[in-house]
Amino acid sequence: MTKKIEIVMGMPITVVITDNLQPSTINPFEKVFAYFREVDEKYSPFKETSEVAKLNRGEKVSNEMKFILSLSQDLRNLTDGYFDIKRPDGKIDPSGIVKGWAILNAAKILKNLAVKNFYIDAGGDVQTSGKNAEGKKWRLGIRNPFNKKENIKVVCLSGEGIATSGTYERGQHIYDPVGKKNEINDIVSLTVIGPNVFEADKFATPAFAMGKRGIEFIEKMPGLEGYMIDKEGIATMTSGFSKYAID
Amino acid sequence: MRKFLLSATVLTIFVVYALHTNLENESAAPIVIKPNMIIPSSTPTDTPVATLGPTPSNTFSTPVPVSTPQGRYRDGTYTGAVADAFYGNVQVQVTISGGNITDVQFLQYPNDRSTSVFINSQATPLLRQEAIQAQSAQVDGVSGATATSGAFIQSLQSALQQAS
Repeated sequence: MTKKIEIVMGMPITVVITDNLQPSTINPFEKVFAYFREVDEKYSPFKETSEVAKLNRGEKVSNEMKFILSLSQDLRNLTDGYFDIKRPDGKIDPSGIVKGWAILNAAKILKNLAVKNFYIDAGGDVQTSGKNAEGKKWRLGIRNPFNKKENIKVVCLSGEGIATSGTYERGQHIYDPVGKKNEINDIVSLTVIGPNVFEADKFATPAFAMGKRGIEFIEKMPGLEGYMIDKEGIATMTSGFSKYAID
Repeated sequence: MRKFLLSATVLTIFVVYALHTNLENESAAPIVIKPNMIIPSSTPTDTPVATLGPTPSNTFSTPVPVSTPQGRYRDGTYTGAVADAFYGNVQVQVTISGGNITDVQFLQYPNDRSTSVFINSQATPLLRQEAIQAQSAQVDGVSGATATSGAFIQSLQSALQQAS
């Protein structure tokens, strides 16, 4: 088992591979981290030369940027406007969709290099593939929103993706933007498991923003399962969630 | 002429009734978040979404997410423009029924993801609840929230402005 961590796109990215890698082959870790750095260059809203900056200056953008914009539009429709890359100042910031998309692409890079057993964790959003070092499904903990050092659930995944949206890292980051003192505080954490990390991640944030109704939204979406924790420490899970969980 | 007058009258009554019903529905909208409004921890219409018993059916028959009980869209099937995408073309067809999105078909889609996303109107499921408990089982990794960009907060703001 080999594990590498790098900080890219402002977050820790962890890649774990349990395949026996041949020393002669291309280093899959280097490939994956190079890809994440490339994504950061292209889609960081903070970089003058990025596609996002170009878009906001009204310059011509790449076909890939257009593709991301079309994905964002689909998601906006599906979530009834709860996912929107357009900011009130008229600027566009697609970072909410780029992260999951980039992790999924990184997983495809590994698969193309014939790496079968791995997981990629970018800031708490994880894509799994194959088996862990013991030859079993990957065991992923869901972090306790009230105590970062603790897990409150363990799920077993092999091929699926998992993403969590919440208020507990770096303070309350999702809040009612109109009344600034009023955080969206009826729920503190929403974890989504999907057929891949892109599907899980893209729905986790807008569903979290829906408040308690978010878990109903996840329940209704085919292929998604969810685990929501409210401020009282009560969890509500979708009907198919328990098939992933260890009790 | 009499028949015409009669049908005109019936039609007028119907229209007035429909408008009235619509207004009533709007005034009865469950309040989620509106601009310049403090989020109440519990609004009178805010039924718990999932309990250890049958969930009131209105929590699920309402559109997702809910800010008005009736959808804001006009019924019909709408085909989007073909969008030039990196891996091919994207074209979507949306079906609106009862004001809500009931089906999204990808007429053209460039990658290997599912070609149809169906938002069904199934009966209310029973969502299980439990008190969270620390788990000591060994794990390979952890899923947790990271800060999303400040842009998300701003985009949420714009979404909520539109939803209100």
